[in-house]
Amino acid sequence: MRLTGAQIVFESMLREGVRHVFGYPGGANLPLYDTFVQYPQIQHILVRHEQAAAHAADAYARVTGEVGVCFATSGPGATNLVTGIANAWMDSVPLVCITGSVVTALIGRDGFQEADITGITLPVTKHNALVQKAEDIARTLKEAFYIARTGRPGPVLVDIPRDTQQQLAEFEYPERVSLRGYKLPEHIDYGQVKKAAQLIGESQRPLILSGHGVILSQAFAEVRTLAETCDIPVITTLLGISGFPGTHPLALGMPGMHGMYWNNQAISNADLLLGIGMRFDDRVTGRLKDFAPHAKIIHVDIDPAEIGKNVRPTAALLGDVKAVLQVLNKEVHPKQHPAWRAWLREQREQHPSIALPETDKLLPQYVIHKIYEATRGDAYVVTGVGQHQMWAAQFYWYDRPNSFITSGGLGTMGFEVPAALGAQVARPHDVVWSVCGDGGFQMTSQELATIVEYELPVKFAIINNGYLGMVRQWQQLFYKNNRMAVKMFSPDFVKLAEAYGMVGMRVTDKLQVESAIERAMAHPGPVLIEFVVDEDENCYPMVPPGASLQETIDQPQPSREEATTRR
Amino acid sequence: MRREHHTIVALVEDRPGVLNRIASKWRQRGFNIESLAVGHSETPGLSRMTFVVDAATHDVEQVVKQVDKLVDVVHIEDITDHDMVSRELAMIKVRSTAATRSEILQIVDIFRASIVDVTPDTLIVEVTGEEAKLDSLLQLLGEFGILELCRTGRIAMPRGSTRVSPDEEPHLLLPHLAGGRAPGGIY
Repeated sequence: MRLTGAQIVFESMLREGVRHVFGYPGGANLPLYDTFVQYPQIQHILVRHEQAAAHAADAYARVTGEVGVCFATSGPGATNLVTGIANAWMDSVPLVCITGSVVTALIGRDGFQEADITGITLPVTKHNALVQKAEDIARTLKEAFYIARTGRPGPVLVDIPRDTQQQLAEFEYPERVSLRGYKLPEHIDYGQVKKAAQLIGESQRPLILSGHGVILSQAFAEVRTLAETCDIPVITTLLGISGFPGTHPLALGMPGMHGMYWNNQAISNADLLLGIGMRFDDRVTGRLKDFAPHAKIIHVDIDPAEIGKNVRPTAALLGDVKAVLQVLNKEVHPKQHPAWRAWLREQREQHPSIALPETDKLLPQYVIHKIYEATRGDAYVVTGVGQHQMWAAQFYWYDRPNSFITSGGLGTMGFEVPAALGAQVARPHDVVWSVCGDGGFQMTSQELATIVEYELPVKFAIINNGYLGMVRQWQQLFYKNNRMAVKMFSPDFVKLAEAYGMVGMRVTDKLQVESAIERAMAHPGPVLIEFVVDEDENCYPMVPPGASLQETIDQPQPSREEATTRR
Repeated sequence: MRREHHTIVALVEDRPGVLNRIASKWRQRGFNIESLAVGHSETPGLSRMTFVVDAATHDVEQVVKQVDKLVDVVHIEDITDHDMVSRELAMIKVRSTAATRSEILQIVDIFRASIVDVTPDTLIVEVTGEEAKLDSLLQLLGEFGILELCRTGRIAMPRGSTRVSPDEEPHLLLPHLAGGRAPGGIY
């Protein structure tokens, strides 16, 4: 069957099960958009900025487990995707980004809206390709989807010149890919599994560090079985949150820079760490040379480059987390660690890191907690980056698998708005709460238009403290309280919401929180609530940058430095 | 950490941009590539690259793993610890006069190098060997005045039946990894 390059793109997407595309048209991808009308099976969501297309596709992929797809035109359209692609790259999210490129005759000649997007995205994609012949499109897309979703997932970019989109070629979708340089772990090393089982058997003070890999490989039941069988408490990394039920008796919450005090002490005292689908990131480990000084390490990961990158494991289990744990769970024997559990309980009682302070002030932590109570954990929580993100990680118990969508590795402010959009498109009947900072929200707030246009009932909670809070916190603690460029003017968020045609509310009093959240939940459409919170609240516990986990500050010390503030 | 010279061989798809992808991984970690030689391998469609880098073994290991993840890289191996033959070729343009020519020729002869071009004022010396040999010849010829120098960079091959070679089987679509994952899930 002879089709145009653009038709081949759509036929390929249909065969890959694509149902939604987040995109933005422009000169170089016009043939794709011209062809879009022939494919009503695929819904297009017109964002207001290409960065949002990438973030929305990212959250869509996280929520569904499918590959997220976004379209952009050449030049600025493509470069606007870059932050979103880098975000997906750092958090191992499967994306296929299809960009239009200037016509082949203009490539490399500084054509209008030309950017070398395969060159630009080289370090932040799992793979990318410039397709110059229509006959190569089907194979390239087959490979793109395969590479994006297999192994350690990641973004793949395919750049197609405008004339290639119009060129005719015979279409046949390949059944298989043949990539001799693409390696996936195919066998589980049984010797390492035995060794890991033995280490677990010998351990007195074991901990599981459950990461994003657990969610990506849907290994919820396997982690739970391992934890319960061997009585191993479970720490969830930021991206691992909602991989293990937050209210489970073995759940310990988050470790690291803003992790629970007890977790950081536990890691420092443990004799065995099982890092499962996580990469011992610096925000988790603190100063690396003092990380887990008494622990042997079992590292389970699908990416061989992660093994030994930051820590040297005693046993390395390379492979898909779910497959590896299924084998490991058959090798371990039930055991109990009453002394270790008691020690942990004692730590929690002595340092109740996230106790809600008794105060009449409107604290951000209280807002998060009230959202948890209102949703009873049955919602997707999407965040941006900063203090509100840490509070959302600390004060909400994620009892639903894969319900916390956040920008972890790249730490992309502004993720919260388009990611909520993508999550809601993927799950139109579920509750999606976007917890935003007043700073990050303003980076991508144009997407409210998209949200209203597509009737997506996202609930926004802007935690407005009038500051770029996390930056201010660092200035207070490590830069002599020299508050440069952190006090931030914001528009009237309620009016802004109304301008976009959605419901806006402002909450300034603790007593109004509950009813505002309930009203938002009861409203069928999108709602924005601005919570004007206490501006001085900071995020604790905290491990100072460059310090070890043992040096975790549980509670703030009053600052003696006088503030200097400049915008 | 101890630094040493590492000889790394990669077999890569013969496609545009591959060198850029690989070089980018070294660059990202701040490595300086001391030499790089690229050419065809015994397998059609696969190029063979030989890198020499001066760095700590652990750091090299990390980059090698990252490079191995590139889809276009079929195989990569640090062969520093192998028993291997390594060679480099150089062309050296030396200033020569009637008075110095015979002395230069004697040196060239001792190094089993050859003269590939002669003019009244210059000679081009071609020499093959390990880097140390090339370095000594260069030092000796330096006294006469080196006008131009080009070196190919090291190429290396393990001795005997050991080969730098990818798995014979091309990677095929594995059925259990082919589909998307089920949405949602239970703990």
